[in-house]
Amino acid sequence: MSDKPMHTPLNRLHQNNNARMTAFAGYDMPLQYENGIMSEHLHTRRQAGLFDVSHMGQIVLRGNDFNQVADALETLIPMEVKTLQVDRQRYGFFTNSTGGILDDFMFSNRGDHIYMVVNASRKEDDIKHLREHLEPLGVSVKNLENRALIALQGPASEKVLSEHYPKISNMQFMDVSTIPIAGAECWISRSGYTGEDGFEISIPNKAAENVTETLLKHKSVELVGLGARDSLRLEAGLCLYGQDIDTKTSPVAAGLKWAMHKSRLSEGQKEESFPGANIILSEIENGSEYKFAGFVPLGKAPIRRDTQLFENGALSVPVGRITSGLFSPTQKHPIAVGYIKNEFSHLGSRVNAQVRGKLLEIEVTSLPFVKKKYKKN
Amino acid sequence: MKFTEEHEWLKVEGELIVVGITDHASSQLGDIVFIELPEEGTTVSKDDEIVVIESVKAASDILSPLDGEIVEINEMLVDEPSKVNDDPMGDAWFFKIKPDNSEQINEYMDEAAYTKLIG
Repeated sequence: MSDKPMHTPLNRLHQNNNARMTAFAGYDMPLQYENGIMSEHLHTRRQAGLFDVSHMGQIVLRGNDFNQVADALETLIPMEVKTLQVDRQRYGFFTNSTGGILDDFMFSNRGDHIYMVVNASRKEDDIKHLREHLEPLGVSVKNLENRALIALQGPASEKVLSEHYPKISNMQFMDVSTIPIAGAECWISRSGYTGEDGFEISIPNKAAENVTETLLKHKSVELVGLGARDSLRLEAGLCLYGQDIDTKTSPVAAGLKWAMHKSRLSEGQKEESFPGANIILSEIENGSEYKFAGFVPLGKAPIRRDTQLFENGALSVPVGRITSGLFSPTQKHPIAVGYIKNEFSHLGSRVNAQVRGKLLEIEVTSLPFVKKKYKKN
Repeated sequence: MKFTEEHEWLKVEGELIVVGITDHASSQLGDIVFIELPEEGTTVSKDDEIVVIESVKAASDILSPLDGEIVEINEMLVDEPSKVNDDPMGDAWFFKIKPDNSEQINEYMDEAAYTKLIG
């Protein structure tokens, strides 16, 4: 990666809207616009926020048919792929040989191919990983550098998109479709990273600015930067790769067992049906030492990433650590997530967080902090 | 009024110096959600980290611009930290310090120099 930051196709739009830019995963990205993180966050919860997430990787996997591609992808992930219906999306992650997580992503069945959206910070490695393992199986891996990606999130999202495509209301959470917006062929999924109902919209680079401007004309839509994206996803209890999960994190400890399919984990399966299968299977059987949990500090001070947690009175050995923490704009108090030893992980359990030399009490709480509002009938 | 490179303002009030952060600093920090002030009566040295100020995303420290004693803090900010966004140069001052040396303030910038700094 060169030192010069990369720009998304919406860079000019960010400049025109007086974004405060920040470096993220090699890209020059909007941290916030003039309204600021708090206001952008609340606007997304109440109406609709529009996010540029073009820095994320968009990948297409192709083979002779869907089943061949699905079989190939299953060798790298603990999810079923073949059972995914056409125009449906699923959450997944690549495991490594030590049972850690290489990246998490969304993948969808687009009839004759699989479309994936992966984390910006991991996309180069993901593409290498996919090419190394899937090309020998006859599956091609294409990095779509010709498409931008935006997210429209919040309760008004459906109404906004229905002005361009009335049948949008038929889509359920995790449905995907191809629709025209302002004359451009857009690939949309009813999903996102805020806990709200909403859509992720892939747009050809050349049309990205026009489609975004068109959506912004709706009175309910405002631009939202990465700052509020982080506070929204944390309130929804969603993990951020590189922060809450990484190559050393067990998906069992991370509370991601729900995303793995039983059929991929059962004894009958070949032992190495995906990388690290043995280790993950044994963790499911024997439990993990740590558990991913939500925390609410009892005081007013936000408790940030990398804060160590201690049992009352015992300061020598930490019993956990915070991986993400900030002030919740919706709840108006600090929230955090992190890992804590099983014996301290029950709801209501209180431990001490060491902040600037002081011990601050913090309580284990259930996730998410703010109820998810996905469209499911 | 004097200004530090750390974006604090200092205003003489009798034998005390009132300290706060500038409009520029408040806008750069974004929505302020938490402030921890020093205790009244604390003796501080220049560059001691004496105030913690947190926005939604990040924490920053405010350094003492002077050697002296903290004689008054602005308790209102503890309950209403967002006042620092609303009125950083007025009501939302942080603390009043009794300087050991009343000349120390003169090492800081005047308004013209500060305006040039933040350009």
